[in-house]
Amino acid sequence: MAAGFAKAGNQLYTGERSYPFVQRSNLWFIIAALLLVASIAIPFFRGGFNFGIEFTGGSEFTISQTENTDISIGEDAVAEVSGQEATVTNIAESTIRVQTEQLDDEQTLEVGQALQEGYGVGADQVSSTFIGPVWGEHITQQMVIGLVVFLVLVTLYMAFYFRTWKMSVAAIGGLGFVVVVTQGIYSATGFEVTPSAIIGFLTILSYALYDTMVVFDKIRENLAPLQEQKDQTFTERVNLAINQTLVRSVNTSVVGILPVGSILFIGAWLLGAGTLRDIALALFTGIIVGTIATIFVQAPLYARMRRGDADIRSHTEEVLALRQERIQDSGIEQITFSGTPLNSQGQPVAFPPLPEPEAEEPEHEDLEVLDWDAVLAPETPESSGGEQR
Amino acid sequence: MAASKPVRKARAALVVLFLLLLGMGGGLAYGVQQGHAQWAPLLALDLEGGTQMVLSPQVESGEEIDDDQLNQAVEIIRQRVDGTGVAEAEIAVQGAENVVVGMPGVPDEQTRELIQASAAMEFRSVLEVRRDPVLAQRAELQALLESPELDDEQRAVVEEQLEALSEDPEQEQLEDEEAPASPEEAHAELLETLSSQMAPDDFAEIEDHLTEELAAEFLDYECRPDLTIEDREAQDPDLPLVTCNPDTGDIFILGPVDVDGDYINDASWGTEQGPTGMATGYYETVIHFDSTGTELFREASTRLYGYPQGTPQNRFAIVLDGHVIVAPNMLSPITDGNARVTGEYTDAEARNLAEQLRYGSLPISFQIESEQQISATLGAEQLRMGLLAGIIGLLLTAGYAIYQYRSLALAVTIPSLVVVALITWWALSLLGWSDGYRLSMAGIAGLILSIGLTADSFVVYFERVKDELREGRSLAGAVEAGWSRARRTILASKAVNVLAAVVLYMVAVGNVRGFAFTLGLTALIDVILVFLFTHPLMQLLARRKFFASGKRFSGLSAQELGVDVLYKGAGRFARSNVVYSDQAAAAVGAGENVDTENDAAPATDVPTAEPRSAAADRKAELPDIPEEEWARMTIAERRKARREVELARREAEPARKEAEPASSSSSESTEGDQR
Repeated sequence: MAAGFAKAGNQLYTGERSYPFVQRSNLWFIIAALLLVASIAIPFFRGGFNFGIEFTGGSEFTISQTENTDISIGEDAVAEVSGQEATVTNIAESTIRVQTEQLDDEQTLEVGQALQEGYGVGADQVSSTFIGPVWGEHITQQMVIGLVVFLVLVTLYMAFYFRTWKMSVAAIGGLGFVVVVTQGIYSATGFEVTPSAIIGFLTILSYALYDTMVVFDKIRENLAPLQEQKDQTFTERVNLAINQTLVRSVNTSVVGILPVGSILFIGAWLLGAGTLRDIALALFTGIIVGTIATIFVQAPLYARMRRGDADIRSHTEEVLALRQERIQDSGIEQITFSGTPLNSQGQPVAFPPLPEPEAEEPEHEDLEVLDWDAVLAPETPESSGGEQR
Repeated sequence: MAASKPVRKARAALVVLFLLLLGMGGGLAYGVQQGHAQWAPLLALDLEGGTQMVLSPQVESGEEIDDDQLNQAVEIIRQRVDGTGVAEAEIAVQGAENVVVGMPGVPDEQTRELIQASAAMEFRSVLEVRRDPVLAQRAELQALLESPELDDEQRAVVEEQLEALSEDPEQEQLEDEEAPASPEEAHAELLETLSSQMAPDDFAEIEDHLTEELAAEFLDYECRPDLTIEDREAQDPDLPLVTCNPDTGDIFILGPVDVDGDYINDASWGTEQGPTGMATGYYETVIHFDSTGTELFREASTRLYGYPQGTPQNRFAIVLDGHVIVAPNMLSPITDGNARVTGEYTDAEARNLAEQLRYGSLPISFQIESEQQISATLGAEQLRMGLLAGIIGLLLTAGYAIYQYRSLALAVTIPSLVVVALITWWALSLLGWSDGYRLSMAGIAGLILSIGLTADSFVVYFERVKDELREGRSLAGAVEAGWSRARRTILASKAVNVLAAVVLYMVAVGNVRGFAFTLGLTALIDVILVFLFTHPLMQLLARRKFFASGKRFSGLSAQELGVDVLYKGAGRFARSNVVYSDQAAAAVGAGENVDTENDAAPATDVPTAEPRSAAADRKAELPDIPEEEWARMTIAERRKARREVELARREAEPARKEAEPASSSSSESTEGDQR
């Protein structure tokens, strides 16, 4: 099966097999837009997010390694001390979490004591957390600052690295998609939003961009010799780049998700709620969304932004016009979305040479009498020079 | 056999890595042996058990707090917590203005109050001063130690003296012969001195407060850098106070508070100018009082100026959080509210004083925003689970790598992960030693996530190498060409990771900070690893027959590259014909067809250079170029070289062109595309 994967990788690489990521971008964008609208609408319908105690303020006690997991013990303990109603949950095997409204120092100690007695555990098995009312606000503010600073820096960095602001804008636009959809998923599923989740969430941005960088790097590489050749259009070359990096994208997502999945498993099933689960859940969601966004949103978005440029358009027209002439009688049945010609058996073949020999080198005559089938595609006069003998 | 250049480079890189590992391991071993470090990273409170408090600063007037003031506040909390005897408390500013205090165990009520309470600054006049001989000597030695003129030998002597001092303070105490014998004697002596030296009015004002207890306290006062909360609470602004300057060892009796720190408007520091207006080379600190402060300070300074220079009564003590930070002589009455403090200060000293004064103008108290008490049991369980998650993650990733890349993963990915784990482990331990870094739960999450990111560098690299193989290069060539491209991509994408980690680290507060830290750290280690280990290893492996000839399960076999379909029969198309990503590579075949008999040879069913066909052909064709150099050349360079030879040959025998059929079996790219 790995071989099958590798074979697919090779076919994607040559363009023999090709998925219309750029060509069908209208469809992807419509789906993306629907997802966006849904993600924005869901919080309104569901009444926002399930904020963790860090955002609402309050006190939280965790009793670990208890044999007695009766929820009512916790409720009684809190009611006795402060008269409040407590939320008691059995978050993992032999772990109980008690959440209350804010307690003062004395009450905290008393509740801790009552819980120890109630569950029959030692003092070192009860952990407590107290969150003041402004803490969540503070974290949110810090994270928003972080988000803005990161986006500005990354936009500048990408613009500098790729030497084109359009790639930068496309990448950041796609990030917006990742952010909105991830928050939509959080709202829809009622996953708890905690500071750990938010830091995981910010990490996703870097992860999604990381993925985008790799794909955009390939796009840039494929586009470098764009104007020197008349075989493929701009769109086809971009699409080829996405297809060529598809195997890598899948592998990246898998190797990214495997460790995250193991944290998620441990965090959610063995430890119960906590730092590990929150970070892992955000990452798990984000890696999937981020990889999909790179392929279906960011790269096609860039293609569409550049497609209208005058030089690109004239090049595309020229290529398509030439192609009409070139593929007649050449046995080419079809040209894939990545601009690779296939013959009637579905095998990839080379483009026939350009109709007018442009070079003055005499070797070109030989080139033309040759069966193109047997020639290793000299694309320019320069590159064909050594082929003669 | 002389090693080719890539091999030499690879060996050099591996040697560098080895030295790096040796340095880290050796450094750590030294630290462990000296008892300063430990092999395992230090653990944060959520893994070890303990209390972590996040505090936010509060000021009464709602004024803005700047960084310097906050740092001063943290410094004060640190001294106070140290004073309570809590070992290993950690206090740091995180995020914009949060102070995070971590300590083992559960702090008592008193410690909490100490942490939250603000520290007052006061200006008091000095009544009497004596010098704690031990402390004074220690301070002198300490100052000597810091002087740059000391050579190593002298330094060692001074250090020895310092040590002896702290071991046996009693002995030194005995030398203080002038000390009065009993509290009564001391009291009488004090009253006598002060009544004779002070102006009658001033003395009358404080005479009642000069009790025997005060004299006794003055006599027995032991100057400690930290004060208990009782000591601090006992300080009444309306009463005289016995305290000291821990930096100099001076012990003071101070009068009631003359000016409160609240009346300081601002403080600044700059170069000191002598009476002639010439710079003295020292620095000075200037205190600016507000209008009330100006008024109060004028009165006080006028009073003090009345005493002769050099007497204790002429001195003015600035008290911060119960300790004297400086006690200058009053050179003239200060009427305009701008007091200059000079004393042969260095830039840093003057600046520090100015910062302390600025803090004094705005005492900061703290509110607990969040507090987390983790029991040791829960901490240990979290640690165990975190490690378990890490191991599972590592195994899964390694398993997937093997599934995808076969023995390439075994030979490259797995050793790389081992090396990266070792470097990370040691780096964390070293950071724990040098900077007190502690690994938190979130930090572990960052480490586990980085397994995926590290493995991804290999994915990028291996896929590039595969692409280059599909373009028809030899493995050695593909490794070099693939590397030159993968390197750029890896660096660019790691830069994004590091950027995100740095930004997160700057804004995050509390435990989650550890996540950003490990994420950034591992991204950097990953880059080191790829450059110094993974790539050199690939360069060396590329020369192994098992990989170079694309054996089964090498991860690079024809089947695993997915190109087997090409060689099933004649008339198939060369892949390099239809690969357009690289102009030069697309022309590979065109430039390299040499041997028409080679096309049907079964040897070509491997898309890598078969030594016996391609290399031999190549040598026959281009005898001038040595093997190593050829391996390094790009496709374009090789093509050029071939063409030059070709041109020369054609000139020599023009008829050859007709005689030889045009053909295109590229031995280098090994497409069997000839009928």
